[in-house]
Amino acid sequence: MNEQIPVHKIVNSISFGLISPKLVKKLSNVKIVTPELYDREGYPVDGGLMDIRLGVIDPGLKCKTCGSKIKECLGHFGYIELARPVVHVNFVKVILDILRGTCRGCGKLLSESEDLAIDFDEDVDFQEARKETKGKISDLRKITKCPHCKAKQYKVALDKPTNFVENEKRISPIEVRMRLEKISDEDVSAFGINAAVARPEWMILTLLLIPPVTIRPSITLQSGERSEDDLTHKLGDIVRINQRLFENINAGAPEIIIEDLWDLLQYHITTFFDNALPQIPPARHRSGQPLKTLSERIKSKEGRIRHNLAGKRTNFSARTVISPDSMLDLNEVGIPKEVAMKLTIPERVTEWNKDYLKEFVKKGPKAYPGSNYVIRPDGRKKKITSETQEQILEELQPGYLVERHLMDGDISIFNRQPSLHRMSMMAHKIKVLPGMTFRLSPAVCAPYNADFDGDEMNLHIPQTEEARAEAEILMMVQTQVISPRYGLSIIGCNMDAISGNYILTRYEEYSRKDAVQLLTEVGHRDFSRIPKKDVISGKEVFSMLLPNDFDFEGKTRTGSPVIIKKGILKEGYMDKSNLGEGQGLMLRNLHKKYGSDKNIEILGKIFRLGIKVLLRHGLTAPIGNTDLPKDVRGEVDLTLSKAQEESYQLISDYHKGVLDAFPGRSVEETLELKILELLNKSRNDVGNLVMKHADKHQHLPIMVDSGAKGSSISMTQMVACVGQQALRGKRIERGYKNRTLSSFKPGDLGPQARGFVENSFKSGLKPHEFFYMAMTGRDSLMDTALRTPKSGYLYRRLANALQDLKVEYDQTVRDASNNVVQFLYGGDGIDVSKSENGYIDVKKVVERETGGKK
Amino acid sequence: MKKELSHIPQNHILVPKHEKLTDKDKKSILDKYNITFEQLPRILKTDAAITHLDVKASDVIKITRTNKTAYETIFYRRVIE
Repeated sequence: MNEQIPVHKIVNSISFGLISPKLVKKLSNVKIVTPELYDREGYPVDGGLMDIRLGVIDPGLKCKTCGSKIKECLGHFGYIELARPVVHVNFVKVILDILRGTCRGCGKLLSESEDLAIDFDEDVDFQEARKETKGKISDLRKITKCPHCKAKQYKVALDKPTNFVENEKRISPIEVRMRLEKISDEDVSAFGINAAVARPEWMILTLLLIPPVTIRPSITLQSGERSEDDLTHKLGDIVRINQRLFENINAGAPEIIIEDLWDLLQYHITTFFDNALPQIPPARHRSGQPLKTLSERIKSKEGRIRHNLAGKRTNFSARTVISPDSMLDLNEVGIPKEVAMKLTIPERVTEWNKDYLKEFVKKGPKAYPGSNYVIRPDGRKKKITSETQEQILEELQPGYLVERHLMDGDISIFNRQPSLHRMSMMAHKIKVLPGMTFRLSPAVCAPYNADFDGDEMNLHIPQTEEARAEAEILMMVQTQVISPRYGLSIIGCNMDAISGNYILTRYEEYSRKDAVQLLTEVGHRDFSRIPKKDVISGKEVFSMLLPNDFDFEGKTRTGSPVIIKKGILKEGYMDKSNLGEGQGLMLRNLHKKYGSDKNIEILGKIFRLGIKVLLRHGLTAPIGNTDLPKDVRGEVDLTLSKAQEESYQLISDYHKGVLDAFPGRSVEETLELKILELLNKSRNDVGNLVMKHADKHQHLPIMVDSGAKGSSISMTQMVACVGQQALRGKRIERGYKNRTLSSFKPGDLGPQARGFVENSFKSGLKPHEFFYMAMTGRDSLMDTALRTPKSGYLYRRLANALQDLKVEYDQTVRDASNNVVQFLYGGDGIDVSKSENGYIDVKKVVERETGGKK
Repeated sequence: MKKELSHIPQNHILVPKHEKLTDKDKKSILDKYNITFEQLPRILKTDAAITHLDVKASDVIKITRTNKTAYETIFYRRVIE
C-alpha cells in the first residue's frame, strides 16, 4: 500500500447545477441491466444492483473499480438507461413555469421586447435578479399568441404530481423534453437558470444515476439471510419495470400496455426520490411500512441533517433525576456511586504516581475506587477483568493511561436543558454519594431553572488536562454567579434559607454554646470574632460569616435600612431583597470586593445557616396561622358585605337608568367597571386588614414578610376572601343564556352571580364559587400550555439570529461579515456583567480610586 | 408616486432626530470605525422619518436617540433605494 498524502485545498466557490446525461455516464462505472442481485452462490451479479464495481460493503473484499478495501472505497456510481424519459418530481414546478413561459412551437420566450435574460458571467446577485423577473415570467402564461412565430398558445396545467396537460391532452415526457430542448440558453436564463450548468431538459430523466452500494448497504441477519436496504428495493423495482418496458416496446406491444408500464416507471422513480408526496400512495414494504427513500433520508428531525449532522452524541456523560441536598457546597454535585464507577478519568502513569495508580488497577472495575480500562502507549485499550488484571499490573509502566473511577473533587460539567444561558452549563466538583440521583444545592436551581418534580440533568466528564483546566477556570459555579443579563448575583438564598436568616437576624438569640454549635454546623471555624457575651443575638451570629471589612448599606423589602459596618450587621435584618436570587446589591458587593471563590464560600455558609436555624426553630404553615381575631373577622365580613350591597345599589341604579356612563363607554361597560373596581377594592381592604392584624411571629406571615414564599394576596385568599375570578379581564359572564350557572336568575348581575368568591380557602368554597375557580383555573392552564412552546421557539429564533454578533475592540457590535449593528455596545458601552444592575456607580469608583478623599 | 404624509413625523416627540451628514463627516465616520460604506446599517430612502431631508442613496443619516439607560446614543445609517 502506498502511503496516503493528505491534500489541503481551500474551497473558493461551489456551483450547483443539474446532472446531465453526459455527466451521468462520466460519473458511472457500471451500467445496470438486471434486477437480480445475487446468483445462486450468493455472489453479486454483474450488471446487477449489487455489482461489485459499485463499491465494497463486505469486509475483506477489494473494490473492483478502485482496488481499495472497505471504508477506504467511498463507492462508485452506476446508471440505468431508461426505456422512456421520465419527469423528475422535484423539478415539476420549474418545468411548468418554463412550459408556460415559452412558445410551444418555436421555443422562444413569450415576451416581445423586454430583456429578461440574466447574465450569469457577470457578478450579479442573481437571487435578486430572479426575484425581479419572476413576476414578469408568471405574466407570460396569459399570452395566447407567440410574438415570434405567431403560433397559438394553450394553457398548460399540472396534473399532480408529474403529468403535464395542455388542452385537456396529456403532454408526454418525450414531448416535454423536446420543447425544453428547443429553448435557447439566453431564454433559459430568464427563468433564473444558468444553462451552462443546468439545461432544462436535464430535468427530464433519460438516464438514472444509481447510488453506490456503500450508501445502501445490505445487512446480514443472524440466520445468514441478507436483508437489502430500502433504496436497493426501490431501485430493483425501477430496473424491473424498465426491463419490461424495453421488452414490450421491442415486441411492438399495444400503446396502452406501454403507457401503463411507462406510468408505473414514473411512479417508481418518483417514489425513489420522494416517498412522502401527498398525491401519491407511498411505496411500502411487504410488512406495510413505507420505504425510506432519498428525501426521507435527508429531511426532517430524523433526517441526516438534523439527526446526524446537527445532532451529536457524546461519551463520558450521564443523565438521571436530580434531588436537593442543601448541605452540599454550591459548586459541588452529588453523584451515585454507580455512575462514579462507570465514568472514568484517564490518568497518565509516571514514575511518581505509579504506585498510586496501581492501587486503582488492583481494585479493578468492581470495587470503588477502581479502574475500568488501561490504554497502552500504542493506543490499544485493554479492559481490566479478573483474568487480565495481573498481567496488566505487571506491564504497567510510565506512558500508560489508567482510566480510573471518578472521585471526590474531580471536575464535571453539569447541564440542564433547555440551555438558554451560559449558566445552563456549569462546572461542578464531584461528590460521590449513596443514592441513585444527582444531588445539587437548592441555591443553584435558579441558573439552571431546575426544580425537583422529576427534572433530569446531564453530567459530562472532561477527559484531558486542558479541558479540565478550562472548565475549572471558565465554567465553575463561582465564576458564573454574576448574571451577564442584569449584573446582579443570580445565585442567592431561596425558600427556607431566606426565612431562616430572616428569623435569625430579626428575632433569635442563642447561648454562646448554641451559637458556636450553629456556626460549626454550617462549616465556619473562625470563632475569634464572637462577642464575649453569654447571650448572642442572631444578628451577631450572622455577622460572623461576613468578612470583617465589609461595609454595606441597603434596604429591606419594607424599606427600612440595613446597615453593615466592618462585617457586623448593625441595623435591620436579612430578607429576600438582600439575600434573594437576582436581588439587591449586598451579594453583588460581596462578589466584587472578595472575588468569586470567597463569595461562593460565604454564600454557601449563609445558605446553610438559614437552613440550620430553621432546623432548630421549626417552620410550618399551621391551620392556626389562618385564624383571625373575632373583631377583625367582623370587620372583614362587614367590608365584604358592604361592598356587595354597594354593587347591588349600582345595579339597581343601572336598571332605573340613573347610572351615568363614563366618557366613551356604554352604561353596561360603566357598570361592569364600577363593580369590578368596587370588589377589587374591597378585597384589597380585606387584605390590608389581614396583613395588619397578622401576628408577625407566626410562621405564615414570616414566610410572606421575608419573601421566602407566598404573598399578601395568597394569605388573604386563605384567611379572608378569595376574590373576583376574571376571564379575559372581565367578570365571568359565559355559561348559560344571560347567566353563568342555572342556579341564578337570568340577567342577574350581582357579585355572586358573576364570579365573585366571597369565601376563603379555609372557610370553604360554595359549589358555584368552586366552579368559577375551575373556569379560571382551566383558562390559565390552557394559557401556559400554549404559551410555553411559543415563547420558547421565539427565544430560539432570536438566539439563532443573534448568535454570531460580537463586540469588537472599538466597542462596536458587528455581525459575522463585520457589518456594524451597534456603534456602541448597548448604547452606553457598559459590560453588564461588570456593572451593578446595569449601572456603573461613578461616585463609588471615584471614592475607591481616591481612597475616600474628596 | 410619492405619498404625501398628513402630518410631519419629525415633530413628534417619539421620533428621534435624523440629520444628513456632509461628505466630510461621512468620510470621518467611515474612518473612525474603519469600515466601508456597505458595512453601515441601512435605512430606506422612503422612510417616513427622513422624508424632509431630501436624501439620495449613498447619503449617511445620523440618528440621535435617547433612552433610559444610555441617555443619548448616536446611530449612523446609509440610505438605500
